[in-house]
Amino acid sequence: MKRWKYFAVIITSLLLVFTLAGCGSQSLSSQNLYENDKKTKTVTWGVKADTKLLGLVDVKDGQEKGFEIDLAKAITKKMYGKDAKAKFVTVTSQSRIPLLKNGNIDAIIATMTITPERQKTIDFSNSYFDAGQSILVKDGSPIKKVQDLNNKTIIGVVGSNSVQNVKKFAPKARVLQLPDYAQALTALKSGQGDALTTDNVILAGMAVNNPGYKLQGKAFTTEPYGIGINKGQTDLKSAINKALSEVEADGTYNKLIMKWFGNVPGFNYKEVLRK
Amino acid sequence: MIHLLTSNWSEFISGFGWTLLSSVLALFFSLIIGSLFAILEVVPNKFLRIIGNIYVEIFRNIPLLVITMFFYLVIPLYIVKINGFTAGTIGLTIYTSAFIAETVRAGINSVDPGQMEAARGQGMTFWQAMRYIVLPQAFKYVIPPLGNQFVNLVKNSSVLAFVAGFDLMYQGNAIASQTFDTVNTYVIVGIFYLIITLPISYYMQHLEKKLA
Repeated sequence: MKRWKYFAVIITSLLLVFTLAGCGSQSLSSQNLYENDKKTKTVTWGVKADTKLLGLVDVKDGQEKGFEIDLAKAITKKMYGKDAKAKFVTVTSQSRIPLLKNGNIDAIIATMTITPERQKTIDFSNSYFDAGQSILVKDGSPIKKVQDLNNKTIIGVVGSNSVQNVKKFAPKARVLQLPDYAQALTALKSGQGDALTTDNVILAGMAVNNPGYKLQGKAFTTEPYGIGINKGQTDLKSAINKALSEVEADGTYNKLIMKWFGNVPGFNYKEVLRK
Repeated sequence: MIHLLTSNWSEFISGFGWTLLSSVLALFFSLIIGSLFAILEVVPNKFLRIIGNIYVEIFRNIPLLVITMFFYLVIPLYIVKINGFTAGTIGLTIYTSAFIAETVRAGINSVDPGQMEAARGQGMTFWQAMRYIVLPQAFKYVIPPLGNQFVNLVKNSSVLAFVAGFDLMYQGNAIASQTFDTVNTYVIVGIFYLIITLPISYYMQHLEKKLA
């Protein structure tokens, strides 16, 4: 009997600790991030580290590089002036929303699609990029479109909405969720799955680096990417939206699209240009 | 938290089941393999001793994740296709067996050498003396550290999440990223791990008292 008492004590104290921890974070959401950042002239962005063309940490110099990185820098400068700095924190599909919620980052610009489920937890800016979900397969694979994946194994990434989407198009597919894109790609190469699914623009980046693999079939969803902002940060949200429309209006946006997607095979950059 | 648990009950339970299965398999095989290598480390034959040493030193000093990744990503490329669950369980078995080998070897060494000499003097072979005289006494010494190894093994089984092994941690990650309720999800996952590890701890304490 005594042992069960110990067990009960341990469980109760754990619950207590976590409930208390939950209460502490209240004060964070009442802070005005827009005003805070204005003082320091720094915006902390959550970005991807493993996604070529969008957000990738270059192993040679440790710098973040990609379309989203450049866009974040441009938006930061529009928001707080030429000398404002964009600080980058690398996130994964899984960690990005928790890191935003606990205040480690001010905003997420990390290949995140605007979805109704996510909108319950966080706010989004206007869409800054229009991607669509697609599949990557080995050259010569019998899989021509997503529906061919029934009874096959498909690889995705934990926390991306693509793993949930793919079940609508191929309900009998077996889905493996791996921690990040680099590992998902290696698993595909090792034959752990028949195809890798995520947004076409991410897959295009993989195809560039990995001859023998190609984007297969048309995109079967539309995935508007949005900048994720914590609920209640209305000043920050409207400032980001304003800066984004300015970046689009003065041609910087299209210049960045050309720079990163100008010659990527299998990806038509003209479709994502903005007026 | 109750709502989170009930609405994702089947995922949590299936994850719990895979974690339990993987742990039981790894525990069983690592105990056998570990004991074998422990004996190899103390046999009179120098060549066998070296083999035992090399095995233990290599697998004890490589991170578990690296061993598992090797089985998940490299072996399928060249030898045979194995899925995430198998790769994870193999990795877990090899890694834990190296630690168990060291633990059991320490146990064997702490048995008075006179025991072995006396047994041999009675006409027993080395293996007979090991089996009937030395090992039963050695296991008594190593029960507390072995208990630690078993608890570590269950906790280390979370490595399966990184190779899509459908274990508790994998399901926890998936649920957390779908519901965005990270805190409660991981609290529940933690409690499920406790359900496995606490009875092991208590059983080991009980065994220790009984045998001491």
